[in-house]
Amino acid sequence: MSNEIEAIKDPGLPAHVHRKADHDPVAAKRAERQVAILFGISSVGTVLLIASFFIPEDIFIFVPVMGSQNAHQLGLGLGMAISLFFIGMGAIHWAKTLMPDQEVIAYRHELRSEDVDRKEFVVAVKDGVEASGIGRRSLIKRSLGAALGLSALSPILLLRDLGPLPGNDLKETSWKAGTYLVTDPGDRRIRASDLEVGSVAQVLPESDDPEHRKLNDIAKDAVLLIRLRPEEFNLDAERLSWTHEGIIAFSKICSHMGCAVALYEQQTKHLLCPCHQSTFDVTRAAKVIFGPAARPLPQLNISVDGEGFLVARTPFSEPVGPSFWGRISS
Amino acid sequence: MTTEQRIGQVANYVDERTGAAAWMKKNLQKVFPDHWSFLLGEVALYSFVILLLSGTYLTFWFDPSAREVIYEGSYAPLEGVQMSAAYASTLHISFEVRGGLLMRQIHHWAALIFMAAIVAHLMRVFFTGAFRKPREGNWIIGIGLLTLGIVEGFLGYSLPDDLLSGTGIRIAEAIIQAIPVVGSYLSYFAFGGAFPGEAFIPRIYIVHVLLLPGAFLALITAHLMMVWYQKHTQFPGPGRTEKNVVGYPLMPVYMAKAGGFFFIVFGVTAFISAVASINPIWLYGPYTPGQITAGSQPDWYMGWLDGLVRMAPPLETYFFGYTISWNILIPGLIVPGILFTGMALYPFIESWITGDKREHHLLDRPRNAPNRTALGAMSITFMLVALINGGNDLIATHFDLSINQIMWATRIGIIVLPPLAFVITKRLCLSLQRADRELVLHGRETGRLLRLPHGEFVEVHEPISPEKAYLLTSHEQAPPLALPEVDGRGVKRAGALRNKLRSRMSVAHSEAVPKVSTDDLKEIEHH
Repeated sequence: MSNEIEAIKDPGLPAHVHRKADHDPVAAKRAERQVAILFGISSVGTVLLIASFFIPEDIFIFVPVMGSQNAHQLGLGLGMAISLFFIGMGAIHWAKTLMPDQEVIAYRHELRSEDVDRKEFVVAVKDGVEASGIGRRSLIKRSLGAALGLSALSPILLLRDLGPLPGNDLKETSWKAGTYLVTDPGDRRIRASDLEVGSVAQVLPESDDPEHRKLNDIAKDAVLLIRLRPEEFNLDAERLSWTHEGIIAFSKICSHMGCAVALYEQQTKHLLCPCHQSTFDVTRAAKVIFGPAARPLPQLNISVDGEGFLVARTPFSEPVGPSFWGRISS
Repeated sequence: MTTEQRIGQVANYVDERTGAAAWMKKNLQKVFPDHWSFLLGEVALYSFVILLLSGTYLTFWFDPSAREVIYEGSYAPLEGVQMSAAYASTLHISFEVRGGLLMRQIHHWAALIFMAAIVAHLMRVFFTGAFRKPREGNWIIGIGLLTLGIVEGFLGYSLPDDLLSGTGIRIAEAIIQAIPVVGSYLSYFAFGGAFPGEAFIPRIYIVHVLLLPGAFLALITAHLMMVWYQKHTQFPGPGRTEKNVVGYPLMPVYMAKAGGFFFIVFGVTAFISAVASINPIWLYGPYTPGQITAGSQPDWYMGWLDGLVRMAPPLETYFFGYTISWNILIPGLIVPGILFTGMALYPFIESWITGDKREHHLLDRPRNAPNRTALGAMSITFMLVALINGGNDLIATHFDLSINQIMWATRIGIIVLPPLAFVITKRLCLSLQRADRELVLHGRETGRLLRLPHGEFVEVHEPISPEKAYLLTSHEQAPPLALPEVDGRGVKRAGALRNKLRSRMSVAHSEAVPKVSTDDLKEIEHH
């Protein structure tokens, strides 16, 4: 090793410099008072905490920089902070000024055991293994291995009822042919004329019990309606036929990770997901034009009934929301 | 009765039943080295205690249930709104329980400080080489604690069931669902059916308050017992060797300092919580999958993961009709898996490269291990670029930038910047070594200029103290491993490729500016 001969010898620990309090009783007394003052400030903090507990909760005070603050919360917090912080300051000041500050040296011992112990350990293990006969009695060894392996299966089995199997659940939504689009919130049916050109609305499928919608349903059913001028679309004939007088409907659940795609830029006609910034072009059937999403938002095929209310012509043609292994398999 | 007699009586009672006196005598005098950076792990430990205390307080009122309720509390804007009992009880803690909001904020701030302290402590241990033999096991426990901390923090801020946290759970669900073959099954098991269901909040609650804290307690105990048993590392310097520990005894100095420091950490956490609002869930509203808040952000220790997910290319492949979402798998599982496995294995990788199997109790100054320091800087750069992209929407709105430009900048940056950081850091370390060498050979610059009789100006240098000179020369500079590709008879050795890789890395690892040697000093004397 290159440093077997040190160029510069170890000068050893630097000489200890004594503090004033070590030899001057006046300085020591002063340090003692300082520690006591710090502990005293802590007690004042506790009194502040107790007093703040009785401040009514609707009083607000103005604090520079921070603005209007709830006096009750602020008093409790500051009281607690002072009460704790100064106990710590007192203890450390005490340690630094009055407790011995001479560094001491302790010696390390090699972690490794003595050679004799190590040899005896190996012998003990070997003897133990031999005494049990597990090496010789292969029938026991194998059957024990099989038993242990099999018993590990039981936790897996016992956890089976954590949830149902997905089945077709991830591929289906509440949208059926003929389901009315209703406003969310409000649950009112919508006419094409209710939606101005350039506007957006969140809709849900009409439900028999709109008061008690399940979040599980909303997580798949939420749909965005956007109305453009029909000539602004750049769609193939089939997708164009899924729109109605410039109104186009997309699943609001992001095809990337399932967040609600809630930001619509009217100028560019882009939909943006606030979670990971996947950007979809409304005029081109929600094609992904930026961000990590790999697929367009599923489009809902819509039309109107005899009275002019918007209605789904078919269910979604593909599963909504994030991808999964069996998404497009039958 | 004198103090000694009184202590003797208590000790006698305990010792006759446990025989602890001999052990206690030795350990009360145990020596701990002092350095500010050794406090980082302590901050993490104390934050954990604060988390246990404040968390227990919150459980007295929190109702971990997805059951639907109509809000009738004192926060007027949400009057009559349908929400989960979890969200309603969090509002109750915030508005009706006196001190409840303070405790919620202490709990959340303490969690952020806990994670920050763990990361800072990890960096200290990495950059000073404290993970080397015999402490590899404790390094792995530390990585385990870091990983658990990230999970525990995520579960914690998911519990209130507000609009922001529900969105976080949605993203976690999408990551589970993206796992090939079994993803949708795992998701249905975790959620008790479709997302969001009613089972998830109660389930993560028990994981958050019982299972993971139990694991934390066990791992932290093991972590501390190892530190105790192996004795703490120390920085090099005069009088400090591989065979000793220089510092203060546990009783009374270390007890007072460490005990006092706990109160300081608690006090500072309380102060931040008193003046700085965090996670004001009442502003977000209850969770519903059809809505979202703009600027959705996870807590900082998850931000890098979110940033990686945001910058992933939109790649999805179809394989016999089955879908593989690389855009989720790569940033969400594969890259973090590689990073954390690599981190856990690093002590073994380094010891394989250097061939060094000895015990190390003296820490490295980071400049004296340029390769390791550069690797650390490279990893930090990677994480920072990812973290920046995790806040790209906020950066875009605050600094009036285009989100697309930030995304492209970080997509390129995450490939280009880490290697750049490696090269720059390594050069910096070598330059610092050169400066150390200059300092030992020629002394420090005094700033005093002298004009010589013939008109030349020179700066006066002053020799540095023997203590400083020793510090700058006491480190070891090991030569690279000698791994000849061919054996004595000219035949290629087995595993030639692996050996070639190993010796290449060994050469890179041992690159250094030669420290001052005895010959150098002799030469200087002759001048």
